[in-house]
Amino acid sequence: MTLTHEPIEGEHFIVVSETTGDEWEIVVGLEVHCELATVTKLFCGCPNMFGDEPNTNVCPVCLGLPGSLPVLNENVVELAMRLGRALQCSVEPSVFARKNYFYPDMPKDYQVTQFDRPINVDGWLDLPDGTRVGIERAHIEEDTGKNSHAGGSGRIHGADYSLVDYNRAGVPLVEIVGRPHIRHPEQAKTYIDELRAILLTTGASDAKMEEGSLRVDANVSVRRVGDPELGTRCEVKNLNSLRSLGRAIEYEARRQVDLLESGERIKQETRHWDEGAGRTRAGRSKEEAEDYRYFQEPDLVPLVPSAEWIAAIDAAMPPLPAARREALAVASGLAVTESGVVIAVQRDLDQLALATISAGGDGKRVLTHVEHNLSGEGSAELDPATFAQLVGLELGGQLTATQAKTVLAEMLVSGRAPEVIAAELGFEAMDSSELEGIVDGLIAESPEEWSDFCTGDDKKRAKLQGFFTGKIMKATKGQADGKAVAALLESRRAESL
Amino acid sequence: MSARLTRDNVAKVADLARLELTDADLDRYTEQLSAVLDHAEDVASLDLDGVPPTSHPLPLVNVLRADVVVEGVDREEVLSQAPSVEDRRFRVPAILGEEP
Repeated sequence: MTLTHEPIEGEHFIVVSETTGDEWEIVVGLEVHCELATVTKLFCGCPNMFGDEPNTNVCPVCLGLPGSLPVLNENVVELAMRLGRALQCSVEPSVFARKNYFYPDMPKDYQVTQFDRPINVDGWLDLPDGTRVGIERAHIEEDTGKNSHAGGSGRIHGADYSLVDYNRAGVPLVEIVGRPHIRHPEQAKTYIDELRAILLTTGASDAKMEEGSLRVDANVSVRRVGDPELGTRCEVKNLNSLRSLGRAIEYEARRQVDLLESGERIKQETRHWDEGAGRTRAGRSKEEAEDYRYFQEPDLVPLVPSAEWIAAIDAAMPPLPAARREALAVASGLAVTESGVVIAVQRDLDQLALATISAGGDGKRVLTHVEHNLSGEGSAELDPATFAQLVGLELGGQLTATQAKTVLAEMLVSGRAPEVIAAELGFEAMDSSELEGIVDGLIAESPEEWSDFCTGDDKKRAKLQGFFTGKIMKATKGQADGKAVAALLESRRAESL
Repeated sequence: MSARLTRDNVAKVADLARLELTDADLDRYTEQLSAVLDHAEDVASLDLDGVPPTSHPLPLVNVLRADVVVEGVDREEVLSQAPSVEDRRFRVPAILGEEP
């Protein structure tokens, strides 16, 4: 069966079956594990450090040796609450529980986590597109050790034995359980981007997907458009990048629609994303694998953060991405959902943009530069006053957009004034009669192309517009303003019709 | 009330805990564990409105430590206790099944 899809209203990702014409909606809820940026582990004084020599950050507590006792790290509570409050959760009295299972990544044969009484409950995360994604809970738990599978294929299946490094065992995690409010693979990626920005802003985590300090599992289901009931979901694991996340959701949704349309049922199960093959596979599931026999951890007492502690966290909360976008939107006059606004905050360049706008820079142009020309290092150190001057030159027509980009790149290197750089590079405003002369000359050189440009269909015209623009840019050594060229070509065309 | 706990329940719990029990063990534990549950049932039959569940016998909350490194255990000493070691890691039998 072939499936087509088209985003509807830019938010809902609809899978349309070509066989039946039925429309299906994707429903996604994300579970994110992030390692907290503490100095030490959750319940012991071993360093919380990525990439150290195997089994060097271990002690009786995280090795689960008999007689050892856990003591909760105060900074874990602080960071977990900062994250929870940033996600608009309420902080509740919480208790720890043992999740029992036999797997060598945890030497105790249980993982300490929060089960029925998590620390953060009932919050939300607002996406740049305006969607509000509910947060069911954000609870504290410990990370596991790291297995590597030796022999055989080196992967989990066919391995002869496994090697375990316990440096990561007991590293503090917060698991953020999002509600199934996501409707599009791209929205899932945006949610992770936004969550990562919050983790960085609050200092809760370094949130590096590539180092595993931020890990994403996706609960994916589908339902017919308009159906209020949620479908049976599958949990997709092994998503190591945002690209994998988007691809896996899309694949999984199509797989489920395919099954449902063939009259089959979706089995609730864990599936693993195979990036190479571009598909999900069912995990080896044991019937009782989910029976973790949770019970309260008798070695830890309840956690009841004081109202003063919570108030201090709220008082010290830095401006969060949504508020920063709002401030930048107001200052620049652009919508809060404009990519320039979103990207400026993502790149931590919103303060620069605000200062440049205050110094007289045009908001739209400032954010265009931030979006397209300021991704490199040193961008944040740009002087707002000179940045505003550059934008002023551009707006005044003394520099074309292309020239402004070149000057900006040089400003980042030398920090000199834009006029000085522009003069050195020989960038001078081309007066319109000069440009007209060049354009008319080139039209005369290529009469056939010109005639096609004037009378051809849209596709042909677009192609020939590129042809003429390229020649003009070559003749003017790139100094002509792209917009002026386009306007001139259009007016000459109108004249010749 | 002991009918609430079946022999199959006990067999399942034993399996989850990786305990190998004989038939006689199963019979004995079914009876003993049922008695424990009966006792809990007795407590539950009391009027307990307004009595919070006891999570811990000590009247303590918020036992916390500062986020400061404390020296751990020497790696060679740790690994010397392991049944099998390779590449400075614990060597364990092949893992079937998936990570939880």
